[in-house]
Amino acid sequence: MTKRALASIAIAVALSAGLPNISWADTIKIANVIELSGAGATVGSNWRDALKLAFEEINAAGGILGEQVEVTDYDTQTDPTTSRAMVQKAIDDGAYVIMGPIYSGSVKVNMMVAQQNGVPQLTGAEAPFITDMGNPYIFRTSFGAQQSMPKLVKYLTEEMKVKSVAVAWVNDDFGKGGRDSFVAELEKNGIAVNADVSSEVGQADFAADVIKLKSSNADAIFAYLHEEESARLLKEIRKQGVTQPIFGETTLMNQKVVDLAGEAVNGVRGHVGLSANAPIPGIEEFAKKFEAKYSYKPDHNAIKAYMGAYVVKYVTTKNGKVDRQAFADALHGLTITPADEPGILMETSWDDKGEVNRESFLVEVKDGKQTVVTTLPKL
Amino acid sequence: MNTFFQLFVSGLATGSIYALAAIGFTLLWQASQTINFAQGEFIMLPAFFVLAGTQFLGLSFPVAMAVAVVLSLLLLGLGFKRIIIDPLLPHGVLPIVIATIALGILMKEGVKQFYTAEALPFPALFSDRTLNVLGAAISVQDIAVLLIALGAVALLQLFLNGTKIGRCMQATAQNPNVAEILGVPVRRMILYTFLINAGLAFLASILISPIYLAKFSNGETLGLIAFIAAIVGGFNQIRGALAGGLLLGVIDNLSAAYVSAPYRSAVPLILLIIIILVRPQGLLGKAEGRTV
Amino acid sequence: MSKHTLATLVAGLAILILLPFTQSNYGVFVLCSWLVYSISAMGLNLTLGYAGQVSLAQASFMGIGAYTTALMTMAGVPWPAAMIAAMVLCFVIGFLLGYPALRVQHHFLAFITLAFNALVVLMLRNEEWLTGGTYGIVGIPRPELFGLQTQKPLAFYFFVLALFVLMAVALYAIIRSPWGRAFKALRENPIRANSLGVDIRKTTLLAFAIGSSYGGLAGSLLAQLTQFIDPHSFGLTISLKVLLMVIVGGAGFFFGPILGALLIVLAPEFLRFTEGYYLMIYATLVIVLMVFCPTGLLGLVERARTALKLRQNPNATTWEAGR
Repeated sequence: MTKRALASIAIAVALSAGLPNISWADTIKIANVIELSGAGATVGSNWRDALKLAFEEINAAGGILGEQVEVTDYDTQTDPTTSRAMVQKAIDDGAYVIMGPIYSGSVKVNMMVAQQNGVPQLTGAEAPFITDMGNPYIFRTSFGAQQSMPKLVKYLTEEMKVKSVAVAWVNDDFGKGGRDSFVAELEKNGIAVNADVSSEVGQADFAADVIKLKSSNADAIFAYLHEEESARLLKEIRKQGVTQPIFGETTLMNQKVVDLAGEAVNGVRGHVGLSANAPIPGIEEFAKKFEAKYSYKPDHNAIKAYMGAYVVKYVTTKNGKVDRQAFADALHGLTITPADEPGILMETSWDDKGEVNRESFLVEVKDGKQTVVTTLPKL
Repeated sequence: MNTFFQLFVSGLATGSIYALAAIGFTLLWQASQTINFAQGEFIMLPAFFVLAGTQFLGLSFPVAMAVAVVLSLLLLGLGFKRIIIDPLLPHGVLPIVIATIALGILMKEGVKQFYTAEALPFPALFSDRTLNVLGAAISVQDIAVLLIALGAVALLQLFLNGTKIGRCMQATAQNPNVAEILGVPVRRMILYTFLINAGLAFLASILISPIYLAKFSNGETLGLIAFIAAIVGGFNQIRGALAGGLLLGVIDNLSAAYVSAPYRSAVPLILLIIIILVRPQGLLGKAEGRTV
Repeated sequence: MSKHTLATLVAGLAILILLPFTQSNYGVFVLCSWLVYSISAMGLNLTLGYAGQVSLAQASFMGIGAYTTALMTMAGVPWPAAMIAAMVLCFVIGFLLGYPALRVQHHFLAFITLAFNALVVLMLRNEEWLTGGTYGIVGIPRPELFGLQTQKPLAFYFFVLALFVLMAVALYAIIRSPWGRAFKALRENPIRANSLGVDIRKTTLLAFAIGSSYGGLAGSLLAQLTQFIDPHSFGLTISLKVLLMVIVGGAGFFFGPILGALLIVLAPEFLRFTEGYYLMIYATLVIVLMVFCPTGLLGLVERARTALKLRQNPNATTWEAGR
């Protein structure tokens, strides 16, 4: 009996030793740690598809430094704990750079693991705290909310002469994060918050929310919700005949909201960091390629991932070697222009905290089309 | 007062959607003591049948709808009963709970993987023009959904009480053993119930999708709410599901406006607990002889 | 306990001790999650498998345990005190949640516990002053044992393993005690149990309370393992996951939940090569298992064993063969 037990131990140990080991053979390993199931599956799929598109292009053009790029997807299930485990796994598998995730709650937890192991991470998250934690390996692919909200509030105060705002937001870490940075910015500028209305993910009926917004008598309404809920809110706003102007950030003016809410979106204005409708040749061309390949329209997360892939290519080529530390060092304080690397789409700079800086847009939805009112310069 | 009326009317409109989803729950429970945790996904799926028909097969909208009805009846009615429920029924509640949860995941992931993770617009059957009723704004679409939910319940009641098959189904629901002795083809009656549930899921799907968008994850919230509505209204009465759905819709709005928005979803849950403890047969249900 | 069983147990323990040395950091993390979920599932198995009380609220107890431990250790309370407090709190709340079970049973009890779980998640999200709201709590310290830090994955693994073995032994003792027999009597036939002198009231409440405190400890360990908690980590889906572990392994079998947790935690690892399809395959496997063997994997083993014995001794009754 003891012999058999010993044998079974030996077999178990031997089997488990055969698990994959780190190898730096002739491919560059990119770990795509991203939301592929759960609440974030939609944004995660956009990101994944665009990333795949970009690296297929890069590989077809000869790869990076003559080596092919191998992208592995790791599904975070939109769960911070799982995302942390996936980053650990990606590092065990020998990832050169980690791409993603998008949900700030996940990034908050897993960026520490990447930092401990010195692996650069290009995230799609927008919550302010991410670049405030002194992590030298984290880089954004789009604005943090602490950069986009001031641009919007500046517009509200200077152009629209708004004195009070009613805020509608979705009560999860996306909505709460946006709401908190927006309200902080309002307070800084002495603008009153007349109503602060939270709603649930998947909420169907916005009658109560709109009544509160309407009766607040604020000069303007600011809405920060996911696409489907944004559309339902806007429809209810029109239904109840609310007259105040409506503002938002990126998602509210999204094409999907327009598709669903139709006329109700017309007249909505807001700030957009990246937009598939931006009048930039590179972005227009990307949107066309993406739609041809996947037969749906890319959102801003797709653009982030596509640019991110080319950041990896550009920086690695510039360094002349596949080295994590050199990558992180080189990207701090770097500016990449489309002339240097067409895949970057727009001129973009990174500061010493990994924060992104580029042009952004003030848009208005007119006749179901997002139109750019002004292009806001780099800060 | 004006505010209250607007909340009430909007709540009724949303509540009728919940009710449509809840009726199927009630039916399945009556016929076979099945708790279908995939009910939300049952309502999510038929809209994608329609969309797939128009997009990939190039069918016209009405033809695609017809194909989708048949598919729904076959897969969500017959297939669901034969493949999953029949083998599990003798083993009690839990294996069915687990299997239907897994089925829900399978349907959700299937749509995401083979179709899209994006939310898709779905053609509306009714205009969403807004009417003004006594100072409250309500759309034609809302009224239509409410009327259809009421109509569906009325027709079902008529069918169950007024036709031979309907009465046989009721007998089966009340006591399958006695019904069998009296010569009722019990198995076929149960099958009819599953088919009706599939039909209702289809109906709910095409009514809800223009409002919600067709999206793979639609079933998540809807399934839970429908489930609470069914229990609150009365698990053994079809009109109970209607009452439960409408009540939840209204209560949700009122609690968001007058109690607390962050805790709005707590109110139906607390209601559920109180109802089960005080009146387990539900508001409109009849007490059953069983010690459940 | 036969010599055979003892040898198997010793071998199993030896594997658990040696296994992590062959694993990467991620592998050790997966092993830790398995043990943690096993503890939680063992608790639910006591409530559900042995005492027959359906509960869909195990994740809420993990949540209560996790938040209690996180808040107390981060406020400077020593970890043993915090973890014991977490278990005691879950014991008390579980005891209270048992009261509805005195009135209603089966699916109605499932609904009540389900609603309870959802309410706990809402409170964790909304009471931001205490719980950090939707952002959760980050940076939960790992325990220090006799001056030894468990910050390293391996050290923490052995800490979890020690508690796992301790809880498993405790559970075994409970099941073998008169209490354990009272639980089983309650499951089989409450009315007969009552007539035989089992205090139904006390037994039901205790089944809930003990099962919940196992959940609390698991939550406590989970908070230390991931060093991060947020309300969604303890939602309904997690309760259903723990339920799945118990049912898949075999409810009412001692090793059922441990086996179930192993399969559920490892499933994504084995199915990862299928990329986007893994959740679909996973769901299909669960359906197939339920259809062909609703009593779980260990139920399947027992059925096979019974069939074998019946064949060897055709004159034995099923009851005798099942011994």
